[in-house]
Amino acid sequence: MSDKTKSSSDLYDTPVITTHLPPREKRTKMLQALLDMDPDLSFDDPLENDMVLNMGPSHPATHGVLRILLRLDGETIVSALPELGYLHRGYEKIAENETYHEFITHTDRLDYLQPLHNNVAYILAVEKLLGIEAPPRAQYIRTLLSELARISSHLVAFGVMAMDVGAMTLLLWCFREREKIHDIFDLVVGARFTTSFTRIGGIAQDIQDDGIAAIRAFIEQFPERQLEAERLVSRNRIFYDRCRNTGVISAEDALAIGLTGPNLRGSGVPLDLRRDNPYMVYDQLDFDVITESEGDSLARYYVRLKEMEESLKIIRQCLEKLPEGSVHAHEPKKVLPRKERIYTRMEELIHDFMIVNFGVNPPEGEVYHAVESAKGQLGFHIVSRGEGHPWRLKIRSPSFCNLQALPQLLKGHLLSDILAILGSLDPVMGEADK
Amino acid sequence: MGLESALGEGYITTQLDALIAWGRKNSLWPMPMGLSCCAIELMSAGDPRHDISRFGMEVMRFSPRQSDVMIVAGTVTYKMAHVVRKIYDQMAEPRWVVAMGACASSGGMFRSYSVVQGIDQFLPVDVFTAGCPPRPENLFNALIELQKKVEKSSVLDYRDRKEPIIVS
Repeated sequence: MSDKTKSSSDLYDTPVITTHLPPREKRTKMLQALLDMDPDLSFDDPLENDMVLNMGPSHPATHGVLRILLRLDGETIVSALPELGYLHRGYEKIAENETYHEFITHTDRLDYLQPLHNNVAYILAVEKLLGIEAPPRAQYIRTLLSELARISSHLVAFGVMAMDVGAMTLLLWCFREREKIHDIFDLVVGARFTTSFTRIGGIAQDIQDDGIAAIRAFIEQFPERQLEAERLVSRNRIFYDRCRNTGVISAEDALAIGLTGPNLRGSGVPLDLRRDNPYMVYDQLDFDVITESEGDSLARYYVRLKEMEESLKIIRQCLEKLPEGSVHAHEPKKVLPRKERIYTRMEELIHDFMIVNFGVNPPEGEVYHAVESAKGQLGFHIVSRGEGHPWRLKIRSPSFCNLQALPQLLKGHLLSDILAILGSLDPVMGEADK
Repeated sequence: MGLESALGEGYITTQLDALIAWGRKNSLWPMPMGLSCCAIELMSAGDPRHDISRFGMEVMRFSPRQSDVMIVAGTVTYKMAHVVRKIYDQMAEPRWVVAMGACASSGGMFRSYSVVQGIDQFLPVDVFTAGCPPRPENLFNALIELQKKVEKSSVLDYRDRKEPIIVS
C-alpha cells in the first residue's frame, strides 16, 4: 500500500534517461506528458502527433527484404526512408577473389528474376575489356534469350503488382507463362532458373532445333495469353483508380534521381540503351521504344506490358535472322576450348589448363559497359591490373538507383498506395543490395 | 476391431497421437521467409503447374503466429538473421523449419563477410534442401520428408531434434 503513496519520481529506481531526448521546447506534448507521468493529458487536435511505422523487412509486399520507415500523419505518408542492405552479400568483394569465368555464376543471383540478362551484361563488359567479340550466331542467341528473360521479369512485375493491389489470379496466370519460359531455358540452357549461360567469347552451347521449336511455340501463344491477362486488370475500376495518379514523378525529377528502364520511360523520357547505344545485334533489329507521358504507377505498368510485345517482336526477328556458324570466338587464349577437343588435342589441353588455373588475364585498364535490362541500366565497371581476376568490380544496379525515388514518390500518399507504387517500381533486392 | 463393431458405423478407434499427427501433417501452413532467389522458386512451387496445395500447404501465412513451418528461402545475412530469429520466436509451437537451398543450409556460394554460413547457427533446422535454388520438385521432396517426420511425432514431445533430414 505504501508504494502507491509514493510520488511518481520515486516509483522507479532507475532514473529516466534524458540524454537522447530533444530539448524541452522541442518535445511533443505526448512525450512531455509521458516524462511527467501526467495521466490527465488531453489533445485539442488528436492528429498533432504523427506516427512512425516500420514496414518490412519481412513484409509480403516489399518485394524481398526491403525495409521502409514511414512517418505517418493519420494514414498519409509525411516522409519515407527506405533502408537497404538486408540482402547485402558482398558481390563486389567476392568478384575480386574470383576469376572472370567464376563470377558468371554470381551474376545469376544479382537480379534473380532475369538471370540471363545479368550474364549477358557481365560478359559484354569482360569482352570489352579483353577486346574480343563473340561471333554473330552467339550474339543473336544472347539477344533472343535476354528478351525472353525480359518477358519473364516483366511477367513477375505485372503479376506481383496486380497481386499487391488485390488481384491474386493474375499472379498465377503470369507464373504459368513464366513456367513455359523456364521450360525453354531448361531445354536450351540446361537449367531452368539460374542459367550461367554466357561464356567469354560466346555461349555455353549452341541452340538446337527443339529449342527453337519451343521458342516458336511460346511466342505463338503468348500474345493471346497476355491479352487475356490484360483484360482481367487493365480496365478494372479498382486497379485503375489505385494506380492512376499515384506515385507521379516528372521527367526532370526522374532524370535527376537517376531512374532508368521502364520507370524512366513511364515518365516520358525515351531513353533505351538498346537503341541509343546498341550492343549485341540490337542495331540490326526493328523495335519501338515504349514511353508513356503520365509518370504514374499506371504509366509504368503500361510500359512493361507494351515492352513484352516489343520483346516478342525482337525474338521473332532473331529467329528469322539467326545466322549459321560457330558460337565461340576463335581466341584460343581467351575462350574456353570445347571439352571434346581438350580430351583429344594437346594445344587445347594447354589452353584449358592456363585459362582455368591462371584466368584470362585481360590487359590493364578499366571499362564500363551497360545494358538495358528489364529493370533499367545494368552496368559493370571492371578495373583490371592484368591479373586473372578483377582488381575492382563495380555493379551499377538499376534497382538500387530506382529505389532512391521512393521517398519522393511516397510522400503525400496514403499508406495503402505504397503497394501500388512499389509494385510499379519493380525493385529486386538481390540487385539493389548486391 | 472389436470395439468399432460394437459401436456401429461412423466410429473409429485410434490413438490421439496418431490422429493429431495426421492432422498436423496434412495442414502444414508455411511461413514463406522469402529472402532472395529461392523465394522465386518458392513462388513457383505455388503456381498452377507445381501446385503446393496438393500437400495442404497453399495457405501461405505472412503472419508467423498463424503458421507451422518456416521455409527459409534465400541468403541470410547477419543483418537479416536477427529478423529471421525474431519471426521464428513469434511462431506458435509446434513449429518446424525447412532450410531451402544452399545459402540457407550452408551459406552456399557466398563465403563473404556479410553472409551467415547456414541458418542452423541460430535456428533448429528440420530439413536441409540442396539446390541453388532447388527446383520446386526438390522443395516438395523436402516437405514430404518433413511430413513423414511430423507423422511420427508425438503430441507431447513433437520435437525430435536428433537428426535433421538432408534432402538432395
